[in-house]
Amino acid sequence: MKSSTADATSPRSSEAGHWGKEVRSDVHVAFEARVSGGIEISLESRVAPYYGKAILEQTREVLGELGVKHARVAIHDEGALPFIIAARIEAAARRAGTALGKRSLPAPHPLPQPSPKDRLRRSRLYLPGSEPKYYINASLHAPDAVILDLEDSVHRGEKDAARILVRNTLRAVDFGSCERTVRINQLPLGLEDLAEVVGESPDLILIPKVEEPEQIREVDRMIAEIKSRSGIIRPIWIMPILESALGIENAFTIATASDNIAALTIGLEDYTADLGVVKTAEGRESQYARSRVVNAAHAAGVQAIDSVFSDVADMEGLRGWAEAARAAGFEGMGCIHPGQIRVVHEAFQPTALEIERAQKVVAAFEEAQGKGLAVVSLGSKMIDPPVVQRALKLVERAKAMGAIS
Amino acid sequence: MSVKVSEKEGERVELAHNAVGRAVPTMVNGKPQIPFLGVEKYQPRGRKAAPAICSNKDYPDTGDKRVADLETALRKCGLRNGMVISNHHHLRDGDKVALMALEAAARIGVKDLTWFPSASFPSQKNAIELMEKGVIHHIEGSLNGPLGDYCTQGKMRGMAVLRSHGGRYQAIQDGEVHVDVAVIAAPAADFFGNADGSHGKSACGSLGFALADSTYADRVIVVTDNLIPFPCVPWQIQGNNVDFVVEVESIGDPAKIVSGSTQLTRSPDRLRIAELVAQFLRAAGIMKNGFSFQAGAGGIALAFVQYLKQMMKEDGVKARFVRGGSTKFLVELLQEGLTDYILDGQTFDLDGVKSMADDPRHVATSPFTSYNYHGKGNFASLVDAVVLGATEVDVNFDANVVTHSDGRLLHGIGGWQNCLFAGCTILALPSFRDRIPVIVDEVTTMTGPGEMIDVVVTERGIAINPRRADLLDAVKGSKLPIRPIQDIKAEVEKICGKPARPKLGNRPCAVVKWVDGTVLDTVWQVS
Repeated sequence: MKSSTADATSPRSSEAGHWGKEVRSDVHVAFEARVSGGIEISLESRVAPYYGKAILEQTREVLGELGVKHARVAIHDEGALPFIIAARIEAAARRAGTALGKRSLPAPHPLPQPSPKDRLRRSRLYLPGSEPKYYINASLHAPDAVILDLEDSVHRGEKDAARILVRNTLRAVDFGSCERTVRINQLPLGLEDLAEVVGESPDLILIPKVEEPEQIREVDRMIAEIKSRSGIIRPIWIMPILESALGIENAFTIATASDNIAALTIGLEDYTADLGVVKTAEGRESQYARSRVVNAAHAAGVQAIDSVFSDVADMEGLRGWAEAARAAGFEGMGCIHPGQIRVVHEAFQPTALEIERAQKVVAAFEEAQGKGLAVVSLGSKMIDPPVVQRALKLVERAKAMGAIS
Repeated sequence: MSVKVSEKEGERVELAHNAVGRAVPTMVNGKPQIPFLGVEKYQPRGRKAAPAICSNKDYPDTGDKRVADLETALRKCGLRNGMVISNHHHLRDGDKVALMALEAAARIGVKDLTWFPSASFPSQKNAIELMEKGVIHHIEGSLNGPLGDYCTQGKMRGMAVLRSHGGRYQAIQDGEVHVDVAVIAAPAADFFGNADGSHGKSACGSLGFALADSTYADRVIVVTDNLIPFPCVPWQIQGNNVDFVVEVESIGDPAKIVSGSTQLTRSPDRLRIAELVAQFLRAAGIMKNGFSFQAGAGGIALAFVQYLKQMMKEDGVKARFVRGGSTKFLVELLQEGLTDYILDGQTFDLDGVKSMADDPRHVATSPFTSYNYHGKGNFASLVDAVVLGATEVDVNFDANVVTHSDGRLLHGIGGWQNCLFAGCTILALPSFRDRIPVIVDEVTTMTGPGEMIDVVVTERGIAINPRRADLLDAVKGSKLPIRPIQDIKAEVEKICGKPARPKLGNRPCAVVKWVDGTVLDTVWQVS
C-alpha cells in the first residue's frame, strides 16, 4: 500500500490518500500548485470505463470550489466514491498550501432524526478515520452507533486528511438509524477536529483521555460556538472516555461537567497501561475502574458504556464479557468488527424472564394510576417506586431493542 | 429474424437476433449455428455421435499401453493439422499436462489445432505463444485472465466458443465438437489406462470432466505421475476407452491443484450476504428434511454453508444430498450427519479429496450425470436450491457470468448455466464492486436468461423475481429485507453514480452457448 503524508519541505506540491493493489475504495491525489497554466488533470482508475469522465468533472468542480485556479493534479483511483474523492483532493490542496479557508462539501444526505439523550447505545462500531471502504455499508450491520475515529486508528501524519474525510462522510453517507458519532483527538488537537466536523451535525462527540472537567467545558464551549455560528439547533451529545487513574478518580465531576454529556465510558488499553498492569480477558485488574464509571454515570444520570473486547475471533469470550458488563450496570460497549454487534446486542438484551416481570410491574403501575392509587401492588406485594421506574425503563428498552412489540 | 453483418478478418459475419434479442453469428468457425430459441424450445433430432469401432487385435494382450512420451503418443494418435485436441481442468491452476501436450504437438510440427479444454487457467497463458506460432488456431473453452484478454482484443484467429460443463458434454455427445485426441491427466492410472483422481501426490478428486472425451474421442491418451499395477480402482476413466498411457515426472503442482485449507471470508459484507441467503432458504421453507442444495467454493458460498449448517442444526433438519464442488465445509456436513451424500463434480481442498477417497457417501459425478441437457434428465434440476455468483444481473434478472461490464472475458461458464435448472436459483452478490454497480439495465453478455433466476441476494436486500410469486408468498411476513430489484439498483446508483456504458466493438470474438447448443450471446471485441 502506498500512503502519503504532508510534505513540510515543499509546500507547493503534496499528496493525499492511498492507492495500490490492496487498496479498495480510496484514491490517491498528487497535487502541484502552480502560478499559471490553469488546471491539468491526469487520471488512472480501475473504474475508468464507467466513471473516468465523472471523476474528471468532479475534480474540476472540487478545485473550483476550493478556489484553485492553477494546479497539476494526478489522480490514482481505486474505485473511491465521490465524497471520498472530494475529501482527498481537498486534503492534497490544503497540504500544498492552497484552498485556505475553503471547503468542498459533497451533496448532503438528509440528516436523520436528532438523537435522544438516552437512546439505546448497546453497540458502537468503530470506523477508522482513514479507511473509507468501511463507511458505506457500516449501517447494514445495524449497530446502535457508528464511531468515526480520528484518534488512535489514524496515523499522526494523517489527522488533517482524516478529519476532512470524516466531515464528508458525516455529510454524505446514509447511516440509517445509527447514531453518528465522532471520536476526536485528545485536546488540544481535538479542537481542530471539532472545527471541521461539528458543522455536519454529528449526534455525539467522544472525547478521549479526559481527566478534568475543564476539558469537557472546553469542548462544550467550542461545540456551542460552532453550532450557533452554523445555525445548528439539534443536540450534539458528549461521551467522555476515561482512560487513566486520574480520569477515573474524577469520574463524577467529569460526568456532571456539562448537561450535554449523555454517557460516560472507559478505555481499558490506556487505563491498564497507566496502572502498569496487564490487560486480561477477564478484566479483574479494571474491576474497580469500571465499577467507578458505572457508579459515577448513574449518580450523574447518564449512561455507563463499557470498553471494547479486542479478540474478534472469540465470540464466546465477547458474550461473557458483555453479559458481565450488563450485569455490572453498563448499557453498551464498543465493537471493533461488525461480527461483534449481534452478540453484544443479545448480551445487552434483558432476558425473557426479566421482561415478563417488568411487564407485570408496569401493568400493575398503570392499573394503580388508572385508579388514582399512589401505592402500586402486585399480588400481595407492594412495589416500591424505584422498582416501578426500573421496570418502566426496562420495558421501554426492550421495545427499542425489538424484544417486545 | 433480422440479419446484419459485421467484419472479422476481412470475412463477413452474418448475425441473427435470437429469442432474447441478442445479435449472434450464424456461422462460427465454419460451422452453422442455431440462435437461442428460448428455454426448452429447441428440439434436438438425430442420433448421438460415436467413435469408430475398435478391435482388441490392435491393442496389446498384456494390456500394457504405455509409450515413451507424449510426443510418441500424439504421433501414434495421428495428430495432424487442424485437429481438435482436448484437455480438462480437474487439476485447475496446477495443471501441467495441457501445455505439455500442446508443446509436444508444436514439436511434432502440427498447426491450426482447435484446443478444446473443459476450462483454462491463468497458468496456461503460454497457449498465447502457441496461438502466435500458429500451433493453436483457436480455443473452444472458458477463457479468462491473459487468454481472455487475447481473445477480446481480437487477436485469436477463430472465435472462442464458451460452453457450460453440461454444454461441453452435450456438444461432444451430439457431434457438434468431434474430439480427435483427448489427453487426460490422471493422478493415478494403470498401464491399461484405468484412471482415478482421488489418489496419488497430484490427487484432485473427480475426473468427471474427462468422461465425455474418454467416451467419444477418436484417440485417448492418459498421462499420469502415479502409475500403479493393474487394476487402478475406482476406474473413473475406463481403460477400455484409452489408446495410450504416458508416464511423466509430474502432472501438476499439488499446491495449485487443491488448496491446503479453505478459508472462510472475513468480509462483513460478504458474511451478511451469505447469512441472508441461508435465512432466505429457511424462511421460504426450502430448508427442510430431505432437501438438497449446491453452493460453489467462492467466499460467499462457503460462508453460506456455515450459516445454513447452524440453522439446520437448530431446526433439526437433514439434507438428502448436497452437490459439490466440495470443500471441508461440505465434508463436515457429511461427517456430522447433516447430509446423507455429497455428489461431487470437483474437489477444491485436501479434506474434499480425502473424503472422496475414503467415504463411499462422497460420490464423484460427471457432467453427464449432473449437467448434460441432452439426456434423460440430469441431477442439476433435482437440486432444491443453488447459490451462484455473477458479474452482473439486470432488472429482468438476466445474468452475466463471463464478461466484466467493460466486455473483457473474466470467467468461464462452468456449471453455472446448468445449475440454473435447480428448484430455486439464488445469485449471491455484493451490490457493487469497486464503485461499479452489479445490478444493471441490461447485462453486457447474457449467460443466463432471467426466467431461470429466482432470487438475487445482496448486502442491501433480497430481490425475488416477480415470476416466482410462490417464493414471494413463502417469505411474506418474514423479517427479511425483501425489495424490488429496481429499488436496490436505484440505491446503489445513488451511492456510486450512474456508470457510463463502455462502448463495445462490433466484431464478434466469442459466442456463449446455451445448455442445448444454441447460441445465447456474442462476446465482442473491446476497443
